[in-house]
Amino acid sequence: MNRDLEGLIADAYSGVESSLGRLMSLLENDESSVLPVLAGVPQRPGRSGKACRIGITGPPGSGKSTLIDRLIGVIRAQGLTVGVLCVDPSSPLTGGAVLGDRIRMERHYGDAGVFIRSMASRGSLGGVSRAVGAAVDLLDACGKDVVIVETVGVGQEGIEVTKLVDVTVLVLAPGWGDNLQSMKAGILEVADVVVINKADLGTGDLATVITEILALGQGKKKPLVVETQALNDVGIEELYGALERLREKRAASQDRAGGSRLLNNDGRDVVFRQPPS
Amino acid sequence: MGAPIRVLIAKPGLDGHDRGAITLAMGLRDEGMEVIYTGVRQSVDNIVRTCSQEDVDVLGLSLLSGGHNYYFPKILDLLKQNGLDHILVLAGGIIPDEDRQALKDKGIAEIFGPGSSISEIADFIRSHVKGGRP
Repeated sequence: MNRDLEGLIADAYSGVESSLGRLMSLLENDESSVLPVLAGVPQRPGRSGKACRIGITGPPGSGKSTLIDRLIGVIRAQGLTVGVLCVDPSSPLTGGAVLGDRIRMERHYGDAGVFIRSMASRGSLGGVSRAVGAAVDLLDACGKDVVIVETVGVGQEGIEVTKLVDVTVLVLAPGWGDNLQSMKAGILEVADVVVINKADLGTGDLATVITEILALGQGKKKPLVVETQALNDVGIEELYGALERLREKRAASQDRAGGSRLLNNDGRDVVFRQPPS
Repeated sequence: MGAPIRVLIAKPGLDGHDRGAITLAMGLRDEGMEVIYTGVRQSVDNIVRTCSQEDVDVLGLSLLSGGHNYYFPKILDLLKQNGLDHILVLAGGIIPDEDRQALKDKGIAEIFGPGSSISEIADFIRSHVKGGRP
């Protein structure tokens, strides 16, 4: 088993997508024999720790997948490769799932520089599945320059993704809520950037309300508020530029989230690795 | 309980009729499977690449336009070239009786036309997907 696994890892490193896909399934299926071998992945010499890790979260229908599609376009135009992990909910009744995020990114299906993997939440709370942290490490070790994690549609408490990425983007759309919603604890406290997507549908008020309410908070960290229209390609380059600057600033101050994690069945964090020093 | 079976439902070529594909995707979801749906008008290359990235156990091809004898063999060949011939490939849509055997000979495991039930398809998948792949 372990020898097969080492072969899969070597193949994945050299760009064999079916091997990378298989490894992700092994991670998802939580085969205990797999974890010790994969534990070496986050320390791949000369490679691990280099990817820019971006988390995209927000309510269902706010445009997360479409925004990612457009971000991929900007990232690829810079000659960088990208890995995307899209998490959709598992049925609480049957365990089944429809994984449909990648449909928004179909113009990149033929691009060898883009790897997209859909994952079901499989009962994990918080917007990501338990294998996502290790899958991010795997994409990083395979040489992806940028790794994007799209969460299940969440909006208040789903903060787990922030522990797995360098920068977290909360995507909202018109109709999200009033100033009271902006006052609430949770995701708004930990997001680095708040995107008001579908800005052409009249979000001027929402951006203003959120900016004003957040300015009243006592916390040191104030998220940047950015307006976009993903479908119309408006604001995407500005958003990516902001993410890059945030990530650089964070890398300089060593303010990383502290390594990626697997969430165990109790929802407690298990540290899967320490970040490279 | 083992890991959920992963299924890709794909529509190759110029065919926008997706009611059947959507019905099946939701039906297999309700049968406890993880179903990836990639939308209409997919190329052969993109379908096979999605199979690689998503590591699916089953590929369900739906086609109502009459292009099955062109697309399905191409997809089966490319799967094989990529070492993905462990994937169970099923077909659905409008496949005339006289074309069925030739497609099965090429590697389509079963063809489920109009009138097939979700439970029949799900049972077939469960009895044919091999567990314990490395």
